[in-house]
This record gives sequence, C-alpha cells and structure tokens, in this order.
Amino acid sequence: MSPIETAETAPEPASKIELPAHIGGGGEIPTFDITLRVRRYNPEVSEDFVWEDYELTMYGTDRVLDALHKIKWEHDGSLSFRRSCAHGVCGSDAMRINGRNRLACKTLLKDLDTKKPITVEAIKGLPVEKDLIVDMEPFFQSYREIMPFLINKGHEPTKERLQSAEERARFDDTTKCILCAACTSSCPVFWTDGQYFGPAAIVNAHRFIFDSRDDAGDMRLEILNDKEGVWRCRTTFNCTEACPRGIQVTQAISEVKQAILSRQV
Amino acid sequence: MQVHKYDVVIVGAGGAGMRAAIESGQRARTAVLTKLYPTRSHTGAAQGGMCAALANVEEDNWEWHTFDTVKGGDYLVDQDAAEIMAKEAINAVLDLEKMGLPFNRTPEGRIDQRRFGGHTRDHGKAPVRRACYAADRTGHMILQTLYQNCVKHNVEFYNEYYVLDMLMVDEEVTVDGVTRIQKRVAGVVSYDLASGELHVFQAKSIIFATGGAGKVFKTTSNAHTLTGDGMGIAFRRGIPLEDMEFFQFHPTGLAGLGILLSEAARGEGAILRNSEGERFMERYAPTIKDLAPRDIVARSMANEVREGRGCGPNKDYVLLDLTHLEPAHIDAKLPDITEFARTYLGVEPYTEPVPVFPTAHYAMGGIPTNVKAEVLQDSDNVIPGLYAAGEVACVSVHGSNRLGTNSLLDINVFGKRAGIAAAEYSLTADFVDLPADPEAYTVELLNHVRTSDGGEKVALIRKELQDTMDANMQVFRTAESLNKVLSDIASFEERYQRITVQDKGKRFNLDLLEAVELGFLLELAKVMTVAALHREESRGGHFREDFPERDDENFMKHSMAYKVAEGANAEHTAGIRLGTKPVVFTRYEPMVRKY
Ligand SMILES: Cc1cc2nc3c(=O)[nH]c(=O)nc-3n(C[C@H](O)[C@H](O)[C@H](O)COP(=O)(O)OP(=O)(O)OC[C@H]3O[C@@H](n4cnc5c(N)ncnc54)[C@H](O)[C@@H]3O)c2cc1C
Ligand code: SF4
Ligand code: FES
Repeated sequence: MSPIETAETAPEPASKIELPAHIGGGGEIPTFDITLRVRRYNPEVSEDFVWEDYELTMYGTDRVLDALHKIKWEHDGSLSFRRSCAHGVCGSDAMRINGRNRLACKTLLKDLDTKKPITVEAIKGLPVEKDLIVDMEPFFQSYREIMPFLINKGHEPTKERLQSAEERARFDDTTKCILCAACTSSCPVFWTDGQYFGPAAIVNAHRFIFDSRDDAGDMRLEILNDKEGVWRCRTTFNCTEACPRGIQVTQAISEVKQAILSRQV
Repeated sequence: MQVHKYDVVIVGAGGAGMRAAIESGQRARTAVLTKLYPTRSHTGAAQGGMCAALANVEEDNWEWHTFDTVKGGDYLVDQDAAEIMAKEAINAVLDLEKMGLPFNRTPEGRIDQRRFGGHTRDHGKAPVRRACYAADRTGHMILQTLYQNCVKHNVEFYNEYYVLDMLMVDEEVTVDGVTRIQKRVAGVVSYDLASGELHVFQAKSIIFATGGAGKVFKTTSNAHTLTGDGMGIAFRRGIPLEDMEFFQFHPTGLAGLGILLSEAARGEGAILRNSEGERFMERYAPTIKDLAPRDIVARSMANEVREGRGCGPNKDYVLLDLTHLEPAHIDAKLPDITEFARTYLGVEPYTEPVPVFPTAHYAMGGIPTNVKAEVLQDSDNVIPGLYAAGEVACVSVHGSNRLGTNSLLDINVFGKRAGIAAAEYSLTADFVDLPADPEAYTVELLNHVRTSDGGEKVALIRKELQDTMDANMQVFRTAESLNKVLSDIASFEERYQRITVQDKGKRFNLDLLEAVELGFLLELAKVMTVAALHREESRGGHFREDFPERDDENFMKHSMAYKVAEGANAEHTAGIRLGTKPVVFTRYEPMVRKY
C-alpha cells in the first residue's frame, strides 16, 4: 500500500473543464415547508383513525420517507411505519401518498404539490395494525399459493440447465417484483374481495409460467383459473401505475389469461 | 413469555440465513427468526454479481480465484478458507441455478459471466470474466430465489422477531489436564414486534446470519436496519469480534445518501471531478486514474474535499461526470445509475455530473468462525452448536478488503456449510438447559430503555455518532482522530443512559427497538475504533495517516476484540481487550498489493 500523493507533489491535472457555478462550490440547499397529513391509528389508544398534520421544513431532494423520519425522530416517536433499504429495493414502505400507492423512499417531496397538505395513509385492503403498518400475511399467503418456486420433472443436470437469452428475456419483467404490495392494494377488486389472488401473486406466477425451465405451468394456470383467480381482473391498470419497479402488471395478467385460454382450446 | 424448542434456530433471513435454512430445514426441525420479512433483507440490494470460476466464457480456475481473493484482502485472508470458498463457488452458483435463479445467459444458453474489479486471469495477468449476474439485480434474484425455495421446503419463519440476546452458560472442562472455561449456547431471546411479547427459543444449534453494521456510519450503502445486532449480542456475551477495524468504503455513493452507484460507471468511462472541474485522479494515480482500486479512489476523493475542492453548498462531495458519454450508451450499460441519480438527486446524468462521496459499504470483520462456520470463543476453541455465516461472520475470506462479488458468494458457500453443520450437530447433541430466568437480561434492557426519562433523543445521539464516525473513522484515520471518536462515544454512552423513548406501547414499537439498536451501534463503533487504534499500520480498508505503510512484521495477524467484564483489570482500552489470531497461510507468500 502506498501512501497517497499530496496535491503539492503530484502534477496538476491536465483535463479540466469549466463547471457552472451552481454545480461547483457555494450556494445554499433550498428548503421548503410542507404539511404532512398522516392517517394515524393505534388500537392500544383508540379504535378511531385520525388525520394528524405535521408542519415540517424539508430540504431539496428529501423524500416522503425523510419527512416521516423527521416526524418520528424529532416530534413523535410513536409514528410507526416499516422501512429498510431506503432506495426502492426492499419493498417495505408501500403506502398511499396523495391517494396513490407509492414507496415513501422513492417519492420526492418536490415532485408533489407542496402547497397543499400531502396525505399519507396505509395501503388499502389489508388490515391496519398501527399507523402505516398493515398485516402482510394475507398478501404473502396468496403469493405462496401460486407455488412460487421452480418445479422440474426430469432429472437434475450436472451443470446448469440451458436457457437461451430469448427464453430468459420472456419473463424478465416479472422477475423484478419486490413484493411491496403496491399493486395488489391499489386494486378495486381486491378491496372488495380479499380472497382475490391479486396482481402480485399473478405477477409471480407469470415469472414461473413463462420460464422455459419450469414444468408446472399447467398447475399454476389451473390455480389461477379459479374463481378468485385471473378472471376477477377488470383491467383497471391501477396496478401497473402503482408498481415502483415499472413492471407491466396488467400485461402480465393478460398473458396469463391468454395462456389459460390457449391451453383450454 | 413463551418458550419454543427447535433443533436449529437461525437468526436472520438474508442470503446467508435462508441458504442455511434450506439445508437445515430438510435435516432437522428448524426455525428462522428475522427482524424483517425475509425478502426485505439487504442482500436484495446487491447489484453487480456473484463470482465463481465456471469458465463459461473464458479460461478460469478456482486457484486463480483464490489468489485474487488473498491478494485483494492484502494477505490478511485465511488462505484455507479462501480456497474452500473458491472451490465451492462453482457448485454454489449451480445450486442457485437449479433452484431457479434466472441468470443472464451466453449465446449458448450457459450462465453468462462478466468482469469485476480485482478478478484476474493467472495471478493478475489480465481481467477475467468471473462474475455471474442477473442484470443489475443479482442480489435481488438471490434473495427471491432463496425465499422461494424456503417456501417450497416449508421453512418455518418467525417474521419481525427481533433477537436481542443469546443464552450462554460457562462450563469448566478439563482436557489433557488443562482446565478451561467452555462456553455453551442454550438459546436466544427474541421480541415479537407485533405484540411486544418476549419469546425464548431453546435450540441445540444456533446460526447467526444477521448481516452487517453499516449504520455506525452516516454515509452508507447499508439499510436502516443494518445495525450489527448479531455482532453486538455475541460481543456482549463474551464472544470476541475479529478484524473489526476493516470496513470497506465504496468510492461512489450518492452524496449525502450513500446509495451505491456501481463501479461499472467508471468502467464505462465516467470521470471524477472536483469543484474546479479537474479530473483529480490524474493527481493520485496518473496511469490508471479513475480505475484505481476502491480504497485509493475513496481516499483521493476524501482528500479533495479535505483540501477545499469539494462541490455543493457544503463543499462536501465530488462529481461523477458522465456527460461526455452517449446517452444511448449510458442507457444500455448503466440504467440503475441514471435511475438513482434522477430519482434521488434530481440530477440528469446525460447533462449534469452526479454528486458522489465514499460510502460505508461492507464489514470485513465480525464474529470469528472456522471454515465449518463454527463460532470461536477465542483463538483456539469453538463453541459447540454455535454458528455464524454471511456479513456478520469473519471466516476470514475477505481479510482487510473484500473483492466485489465475493460476498454474495460467501453467504451462499458458508450459509450452506452452516446449515448442514448445525443440523448435523443438532441430531447428535442434547439441549443445553436454559438458565433460570432466561429472559431476565432482555427484560431489564427493555425496561431501562422504556422507563429511562432523561430527555435525550435516540435519533440525535445516533446522528452524532454517525457524524463523528464519518469525520474521524472513515478513509483517513490517525491516533488523534480515533481518540476523538472514543471520547465522543464515551459521552454518547453516558447520554444513552438518559434517553427517553416516547412510544410506551406494546404494538409495533419501533421507537423502542431503535433505541436498542443504538445500543448495538455504540458498542460496535467502539470496538471498530479501538481495533483501528491498535493497528498501527495501513492495510486494505484501514488507512492510518500516521502509519501509512503495511507492516507485516508486527501486524500480519487478525485482531480479536473481547469485552472486558466489569471490574476486570486486564489491560484494555474503553472496556475492550485486544488479542490476536494467526493468519492461515497455505500457498501464497505476502507480496506488495499493486495493480
Ligand atoms: C448496495 C449494495 C450492493 C452490493 N453488491 C454486491 C455485489 O454485487 N456482490 C457481492 O458479492 N456483494 C455485494 N454486496 C454485499 C452483500 O450484498 C452483503 O454483504 C450480503 O448480501 C449480506 O448478506 P447477509 O445474509 O449476511 O445479510 P442480510 O442480507 O443483510 O440479512 C440480514 C438478516 O438478518 C436479520 N436480522 C438482523 N438483525 C436481527 C435481529 N436482531 N434479530 C433477527 N433478525 C435480525 C434481518 O432481518 C435480515 O433478514 C452489496 C452490498 C450492498 C449494501
Ligand atoms: S408487481 Fe410491482 S407493485 Fe406489485 S408487488 Fe411486485 S413490485 Fe410491488
Ligand atoms: S425502504 Fe426499501 S423499498 Fe422503500
């Protein structure tokens, strides 16, 4: 390991460019004021849901998650919500922000209308446990029911199973799912009928049905042909709009519908 | 309080924990306790890849991989462990493929492989394609695939159960006339987030797979939940922590946020610039410039900021400039980077440089284990039935600096080993009796946190801890800066005694748990700093400005930090005694680490 050279001993960098003033040093981080209106619920205290307003001063690129942290860390420690990765990959913090399902960690405050109160509430259709935390068990139950794992009939190869790049691309979109439930809990069918498998389970079934290495597509199609399966979908596109991973959820559902039909023909 | 009994209890459901569960669950009655839903674990954030010398696209072999791992770790790697990892890598990847992982493919339909820093052909001759990958979501696909297979094998999960303590008993054993204390493990104590109830799990084997501790730093690529709980619990129960001074700082974290931008950006031609628009790496590494090893680039960036050439309102970051690259090229090769920069900083990388700064990325140190994943109670003796795997553990395959793509490998190889070993041990062993009042320590801990009322805020202490760690324990360290951290921590610890937690309820009391997590962070920050203070040399991820050279004569050894029992008068710093453990050499003599 060599010690690093100091600026004095080393040659001056030759390739230098002019930077606009606002990018180089100086300036100030813009701040702005918001009202975050959070739908609170704590059955240990009361059975009622109450909207509570928080006036906050936030910085340039702060996200809704930052605002929630500011409340929790500086004002009211009892405000409860799940989060972990803070950059849109773990699926912990789907919530309804201004009436739309999004990840709090991926929603920049400045992209919302900060003149009006920003509303934040738990996702719909799953039992609320406390504030923004819902019971995810029914959601994962549907996921488990579509047998979300590779099933093969033949004997195991010694090396890898072969799969062409095209075959691999066939289900690429649905491998991106982080099980955040933004789609399922934005679906009006799911709101009224909690038995419906919901988009996320279908997305994950799609991921296996269209995987050339899998032999259990028929079984999954049969499961989704159920009265609580794909036919409940009314193609409202809420799910596709909600998906933070940009998955074409509605299209995946219609591909599964097609597969059921063509199998039955 | 409820008591559960299992053959094997696994703490943590990231890559390491679930890989272990798949093995253990098929052999013995197994429960997995995890503070997060399994699919929320931070393994899912990994992007780049998982390496194995499959030789699918060009000549490669495990011996070259072993060499690269040893050299990358600046020779502090235990070479027997590195060799096992490199050999078993091939099956580790094939196992995942058979479980369903959708790897990217070659035109022939085989698993595709790509280059990654530090992985070379024939001992450094040229870069080699060794990293298997699934787009820029390799960790996500590993986590999903392992969870899917846990569902397939009906693994029993206890989700949102926080393990807060491990139950240990000391036994006197006499072997060959020598009497010594042998630690034995009886179970763990956990806190159910939903109900606030304590659950004791008695088990014959216990595997810790709780991941890293990046939240001791302010700028980090790690999740909010990576608070080093497993390391903290082990340390409090008298288990040493190995090589904690070694933490990897990745050069390109998004400024202020720490979110990782993959190394691939500089590979594709992105340039680092300071506030004067200079390509400053020309100053520090005139030939390879921006493609110098991670630690050197990170230090150069920090030096620019320190010398006043940082950018932004606080002059505290530098810029990653992609503006000279074709937008189409950026879209094809670096989609994640552009998305993160746009989403989180509102910066358009086609036309504007992206603010970046080194981000705390990976804990090389952790709970010491041997190659069977058995936990060591000191340099020589294992604790029967106790295992650790993944980032929480120190085998040591990463030495003083981990190579990219070696961690996803580590969690699979040693997760599997831990799962098999723990299950097999449990089939022959008996339960160790639980101590009387097994939950007493945890009840006391929680009571203190819940009832203490001095008005100190957890979030504020945590922020100040992270600030001092970033300022004084990051890429530049001196005796002075480290002593500053220790005196800061002493005052934080004192304030920690007077914290007030506002939420007094039982349901989903994350306020309470953040306070408990801060306790672990304080403990670990102290261990890291004391170990860094004792290592008066520079090696891999640890750089001492006052001792800038590697010193093999005095420091070619692992450090082992022990918590000193109250009132003990052994020589120690801040309640920590530092021992050492020899490095295992098999094939390779230490050389200068030069690229
Ligand atoms: C952004 C990023 C990119 C990366 N990219 C790569 C890469 O390309 N290649 C590579 O090889 N490595 C990469 N790494 C490193 C690698 O991803 C991690 O080191 C590895 O995934 C850690 O896995 P783990 O199973 O040990 O821990 P984790 O996946 O972090 O899992 C920890 C588990 O422990 C549980 N847990 C923690 N505390 C408790 C407690 N008190 N009680 C109960 N449960 C608990 C959590 O719930 C979680 O399930 C990257 C890391 C980051 C942060
Ligand atoms: S499909 Fe999209 S919205 Fe639905 S669970 Fe998966 S990631 Fe979330
Ligand atoms: S916190 Fe992980 S997705 Fe938002």
